[in-house]
Amino acid sequence: MKKTPITLAAIGLAAYASFALSEPEGDPEKGASAAAVCTACHQADGSGRHVEGGESWPRLAGLNAEYIAKQLHDFKKGNRQNASMMPFANMLSDQQIIDVAAYYAQMEPTAGQGGGNASEDMLKRGQQIAERGDWSQYIVSCKSCHGPDNQGAGAVFPGIAGQHAGYIKAQLNAWKEGTRSNDPQNLMGTIAERMSDEDIHAVAVWLANQSPVAE
Amino acid sequence: MIRKLMYAAVSATVMFTASAAASDYASDAEIRKYIDTLTELGFPAPEEDQLVHIPPTMEDLETADIHPKLKQTIRRGYDLFTNTQQLRGENVFNNMNCSSCHLGEGRMPFSAPIWPAAVTLPNYRGKNDHVNSLEERIAGCFAYSMNGTPPEYGSDDMLALAAYHQWLASGVEMYPKQGIYGRGFPAPERPEELSYANGAKLYQQECSVCHAEDGSGLRVDDQTVYPALWGDMSNNWGAGMVRVLTAAGFIKNNMPLGQPRSLTDQQAWDIAYYMDNQERPQDPRFTGDVKETAERFDNFHRHSMYGKNSADNGELLGDHENTGGKPFLKPFNVGVPRNFEANPE
Repeated sequence: MKKTPITLAAIGLAAYASFALSEPEGDPEKGASAAAVCTACHQADGSGRHVEGGESWPRLAGLNAEYIAKQLHDFKKGNRQNASMMPFANMLSDQQIIDVAAYYAQMEPTAGQGGGNASEDMLKRGQQIAERGDWSQYIVSCKSCHGPDNQGAGAVFPGIAGQHAGYIKAQLNAWKEGTRSNDPQNLMGTIAERMSDEDIHAVAVWLANQSPVAE
Repeated sequence: MIRKLMYAAVSATVMFTASAAASDYASDAEIRKYIDTLTELGFPAPEEDQLVHIPPTMEDLETADIHPKLKQTIRRGYDLFTNTQQLRGENVFNNMNCSSCHLGEGRMPFSAPIWPAAVTLPNYRGKNDHVNSLEERIAGCFAYSMNGTPPEYGSDDMLALAAYHQWLASGVEMYPKQGIYGRGFPAPERPEELSYANGAKLYQQECSVCHAEDGSGLRVDDQTVYPALWGDMSNNWGAGMVRVLTAAGFIKNNMPLGQPRSLTDQQAWDIAYYMDNQERPQDPRFTGDVKETAERFDNFHRHSMYGKNSADNGELLGDHENTGGKPFLKPFNVGVPRNFEANPE
């Protein structure tokens, strides 16, 4: 066999590298060690925590890997702003980001917290918004983007069923106030702007009580 | 039930009906608020003497003073309308739900709200050149938009769908004389030139995040999240949405989801034109010759790209025998005439 000229080998490597970048394969085992810095908030089982009256930490276990990776990149680039997250996202290399994302994605999802004390009326309103929307305010249902039972649709629309109420509420408020805007085409932002504080609370507590995966 | 009210903002007299689902009807203030919400979103205000109706919601149904069995039937109709995929393989052979095109569960103006069918039918319909009943109209959607075959006339499912339509029309007079506000998918004015290249670019920018770069949409766990816009799992060449003006009207008034009226007229038309230059399952009215079929149904296909050369690759669109996921071409309801003149006295 002829020796491959060095230039050709270099081109081959470059082609391989660009292929590898477009189709990133995360390694959950490497992700586990890189995720050591995440566990203080997101917990060893990826469950995060609802913190009543404080900053809630989202459950990451079982979320879509590409979605997690995009959020980490956005924190690094400043497209998504959060004082608690930024220093940790900055510590991760691009490879570590996809590894960490793969690590959390393959974890067993845990139950949502923060929906326990909601009144029946509040939950009913939350269910309406999540499953049917309120078209009188042009609030489309959550599930029309977040998928069947709001358990996620592809890499762009994360599962929100079984997410902590405090986290969902904080994110919807951030979109409403314009402090979060890393969604494609402002799809979430336009809806959040039309939601009242009560509706945001209602949908957050209802979603927290739902199963994150099909039972 | 029907009241006249001076709507100051448009200084026109608008005929109002009101939701009859609850025991009392919507107040003038509620109707004014309804119109204000729509105009703030960029929708046009009602024209003079247009009929404005707020259809009842599923929440209203709970408190409605009607027989529990009727409520059950309406709920079944709603369920079929919003999850038509439960009829997959039986009546539906693509990824569509009724609510894929009729947004807001069939209640939204400018998104072909379905209640007008309940108060304007039976009536003459140009598409099949005879007088259609409500069931026959619903059957048309199954034959074309769902690329399928309708539930039998008089069946439980057909009754449930008809009941849902009719209930949404609660309180509206039959055969109203006024025009109906927000009926159909009103098309914006057609621009002088339509651009395939611009449509292609805009599609990738504005639509592909949900409907995918190849128009196939998105399914999760065998349920449709985003419908296919062309290809085997989309509506066939006989569906109303293949008329570029209808698609432009849908897009302008409803897309991207949650952002109605955000695209310019030119953008809406270019995207619609791009979509209509792609392939989809055969029109069930196919005679075996696409040019002949296009000519025979010229009142319909003059608005579509069917039987014309694709602006993309020059190929003749619709020149194939592909029926998509449906293992046959023609459902039972297509091409069935009515002729009362032939009836004996």
